[in-house]
Amino acid sequence: MSTSARYWREIPQRYRYEGAKCKGCGEISFPPRIVCKSCGGREFDTVELAKQGKLLTHTVIRVGPSQFADQTPYAVGVAELDDGVRLTAQIADVDFDELKVGMPVKLEFRKVRDEGEAGIICYGYKFVPVR
Amino acid sequence: MAGIIGYGAYIPRNRIKVEEIAKVWGADAPSYKKGLMLREKSVPSPDQDVITMSVEATRSALTRCGIDAKKIGAVYIGSESHPYAVKPSGTVVAEAIGATPDCHCVDFEFACKAGSEAMFVCMGLVDAGAIEYGLAIGADTSQGAPGDALEYSAAAGAAAYIIGKDDGVAKMLATHSFMTDTPDFWRREYMHYPRHAGRFTGEPAYFKHVTGCANALLEKTNSKPSDYAYAVFHQPNGKFPMRVGKMLGFTKEQIEPGWLAPTLGNTYSGSSPMGLTATLDVAKPGDKIFMVSYGSGAGSDGFVFEVTDALPKMREKAPFTRTLLDENKVYIDYGTYTKYRGKIRKGE
Ligand SMILES: [Zn+2]
Repeated sequence: MSTSARYWREIPQRYRYEGAKCKGCGEISFPPRIVCKSCGGREFDTVELAKQGKLLTHTVIRVGPSQFADQTPYAVGVAELDDGVRLTAQIADVDFDELKVGMPVKLEFRKVRDEGEAGIICYGYKFVPVR
Repeated sequence: MAGIIGYGAYIPRNRIKVEEIAKVWGADAPSYKKGLMLREKSVPSPDQDVITMSVEATRSALTRCGIDAKKIGAVYIGSESHPYAVKPSGTVVAEAIGATPDCHCVDFEFACKAGSEAMFVCMGLVDAGAIEYGLAIGADTSQGAPGDALEYSAAAGAAAYIIGKDDGVAKMLATHSFMTDTPDFWRREYMHYPRHAGRFTGEPAYFKHVTGCANALLEKTNSKPSDYAYAVFHQPNGKFPMRVGKMLGFTKEQIEPGWLAPTLGNTYSGSSPMGLTATLDVAKPGDKIFMVSYGSGAGSDGFVFEVTDALPKMREKAPFTRTLLDENKVYIDYGTYTKYRGKIRKGE
């Protein structure tokens, strides 16, 4: 599938951070699932993820996949958002020696990558430190 | 009557000092600092552009007013640095805030006045009853050619306004637009950097249009400069807005709260709209605010606002523009700046 088609399909998650909250047990899946992994429920409400959380772990990528080669070195982390959802994303606007487990981060809308000079620009969320 | 329902601003955290640019080009930093009243400017990170800044500014505006984004019937972004040559910026922003699909969307361009233009059109549509709420954004990540005078000022930032029929936080009491065909600044298709007519950008361009629009608006509203608590003018540098204010009879104290250029630079379409956000951050109920934008080519949009009782409580819900400008900034050197701004030619 072309990048633009796949990117387009993921717009609700990439742009609006939409997850699926299980009507049975309240657990939020992100990205949304067909079946709740906690209770097996199949009915969900669409909810926006919490915009803030705390970093659980982090790393610095120095040799990245080809489409991110221009951006190295860059930081990536997993954060637990205030609604309990765990999310992996790049960490922007951070000095690497500032990175710390437990560090408060928020979601910001950024350019994630582009398909060269002539291709589409892919937007989405990144973490930025709450200072 | 239309009013501002919510507002927000966004500024990237990178700054470059005038000295850092001047030393590379052998220019005299003190003369820029004194002559143009510029000390430093904002620089976008490689992952920031007009779309990302517009989304963040709009999210602050929505947080402040708490309206349902689905009720926004128009999304207008004014910019001269839209990321795509063909494909609207507004569709991405509308999708990100959840205003799609029942929404009218256009990208505006008119050099530095495209943002105020978006405000002007939203007002008209609201007053006509065609939409309940409109989103008007002024945002730019403009570039000056390396070594050109514009490189000291061309900066990045965004301001977003939600305009609606209720009085909101500021009533829009009057407007006036003033324009002529004046070739003071332009960029042709496929050109990377704009060109300008040097000193010609002053008297026959900026000063003529800003004073022309301001005087017509004062006459239209039968008011005088001392009737206003604050005034905001387009800020291509620190000096011009102060000078034009003085020419019109406004004081330094009226202009200063929205005078961001000395440490922000010129955010083009974002310039006077961002100055207005900083002014709304401090204004009191009942205050009147006078605003005149300027865009090369050339024209000005003027507005008279009156602050309502709703402003003080609502503005606390998102960061103040001065906080974004003064805190959390990081200084970069010229090498990093050229990399961030794509000014380095790389191998194929
Ligand atoms: Zn469940």
